[in-house]
Amino acid sequence: MEFSGSLALVAPEIVLTVAGLVLLLVAAWAGDKAARTISIIAVAALAAAAFLVAPALCSGASGADTIAFLGQYKADAFASFAKLLIYGAAGASLMIAPPYLERFGAMRAEYPVLIVFAAVGMGMMVSATDLLTLYIGLELNSLAAYVLAAFLRTDNRSAEAGLKYFVLGALASGILLFGMSLTYGFTGTTSFEGIRAALDGSIATGTVFGIVFMLAGLAFKVSAVPFHMWTPDVYEGAPTPVTTFFATAPKVAALALTMRVALDAFGTQALAWQQIIIFAALASIVVGALGAIGQTNIKRLLAYSSINNIGFMLIGLAAATQAGASAMLVYLAIYVAMSLGGFVAVLMLKDADGNAVEDIADLAGLSQHRKVLSLCIAMIMFSLAGIPPLFGFWGKFVVFQAAVQADMVALAAFGIAASVIGAFYYIKIVKIIYFDEPANKATGKSDWAHQAILALCAAFISPLGYLLTKWLGSLADSAAASLFSVV
Amino acid sequence: MIGIEHYVVVSSILFVLGVLGIFLNRKNVIVILMAIELILLAVNINLVAFSSYLGDLTGQVFAMFVLTVAAGEAAIGLAILVIYFRGRGTIAVDDVNRMKG
Repeated sequence: MEFSGSLALVAPEIVLTVAGLVLLLVAAWAGDKAARTISIIAVAALAAAAFLVAPALCSGASGADTIAFLGQYKADAFASFAKLLIYGAAGASLMIAPPYLERFGAMRAEYPVLIVFAAVGMGMMVSATDLLTLYIGLELNSLAAYVLAAFLRTDNRSAEAGLKYFVLGALASGILLFGMSLTYGFTGTTSFEGIRAALDGSIATGTVFGIVFMLAGLAFKVSAVPFHMWTPDVYEGAPTPVTTFFATAPKVAALALTMRVALDAFGTQALAWQQIIIFAALASIVVGALGAIGQTNIKRLLAYSSINNIGFMLIGLAAATQAGASAMLVYLAIYVAMSLGGFVAVLMLKDADGNAVEDIADLAGLSQHRKVLSLCIAMIMFSLAGIPPLFGFWGKFVVFQAAVQADMVALAAFGIAASVIGAFYYIKIVKIIYFDEPANKATGKSDWAHQAILALCAAFISPLGYLLTKWLGSLADSAAASLFSVV
Repeated sequence: MIGIEHYVVVSSILFVLGVLGIFLNRKNVIVILMAIELILLAVNINLVAFSSYLGDLTGQVFAMFVLTVAAGEAAIGLAILVIYFRGRGTIAVDDVNRMKG
């Protein structure tokens, strides 16, 4: 495809890059006074980019027309699905941030700019069809994320979270990169299409090492066990709006990237990576469920819950089928709504002076004075546990269905059994909120932006969400079909 | 005659040294930054060696990109380290324990 055609395909990234660069200049000239204005423009840029990617998803774009820059980049329906989730989550993290950061005098103009650059990187990650594009996208996202984690400069916990995230994230990038260099050396190419063709038939030992290293690096980024240890610390230490961002957008991007790498580049050698994914899935479910039990901080608890949820999504990947990929995308969409709602609810828990309440014990008897908020938290907890009739159940259902269809009955059975362990701590939160003696801690007023986003998420995961199953399912199917269409 | 295996062995050794440097080092965080740099350079040896072996330029282009990103990464790492040091007055690895995981 000629150059102008390629440029048209990367239009969403161009819009976001230009917006990010212009906003950076505005931030430099106008300073922190303009932080709110810059946030609003950044949300508008994300919305514009979302409008640009939506048509590819609706028309189920796939094949040669979606490939840009000689196979470096692919703007197919799969990438569009992931990008819509990413832009939505990034926009939400921008909208919820000002009330929280302003309390610390930290609503600086860099925050929206960093989120926009991270969104560009994540867009490149999900569209990458070459190891080089993959690496640049991943690093663009990661470098912005390290700074965001340490955004509250004066808070020791935030700086420590930034430091831990940086060291472990850089290690993960190094491991991923080492895997990529081996894959390049033993297949002779960096394009996913070329790797796929080179691996058709036999596989060299060096390539197996490459696959293992690459999956280890990606497991770090999606925080799958055994590479999850950074998650609770970073989620606890980072400012809550940033944690909201980490738990949603980069997770979508990294998981979509893992799907593209595993199913496209290494798709002809599924047996080489399926066992690794099965192990990571089961270990994540168990460790996520058991680790959460002893936690006293609600952000740490939600971090373990996200590890647990990643495990369920990896079951869909382990199936290595189109139905599995589609199920993962459905789960991913529901997961984004649940975790966005969960962290926004945490943001809304404030004491009378407006200080954040993060201790689970302080939530005792919350239902006495914050009835609607308590109801929303209870819904999110039940949904995360996968209890019908809430929408979280549907995500687990489609993933297990895909696993059973791929003859992985044992895996599905184990996953269902382990989700019962997870239900224990989710329900414990509901019990503390509804049946314990009121601690009267979290009595503060909450911001309207938080209420609006929480209401949207709660409506999506409520039984009303089932009205969307057909629509969501068909979008996910066309996205998964484009992932599996070999040009 | 030095063949491709030698390069891969050397880069693997450097890579393992880098990873060990991150996990075994108990002194200070600067050493961790150096270990990260070592990992990235090990990858570069791999990429350039494979590139020359395969007669394909992609690997060398890749190595240039890795160098550039490594520079950005080091800058951000040091910046985070500076704000960490301002708050805590230490960069010893054992003191990075405000949160237990």
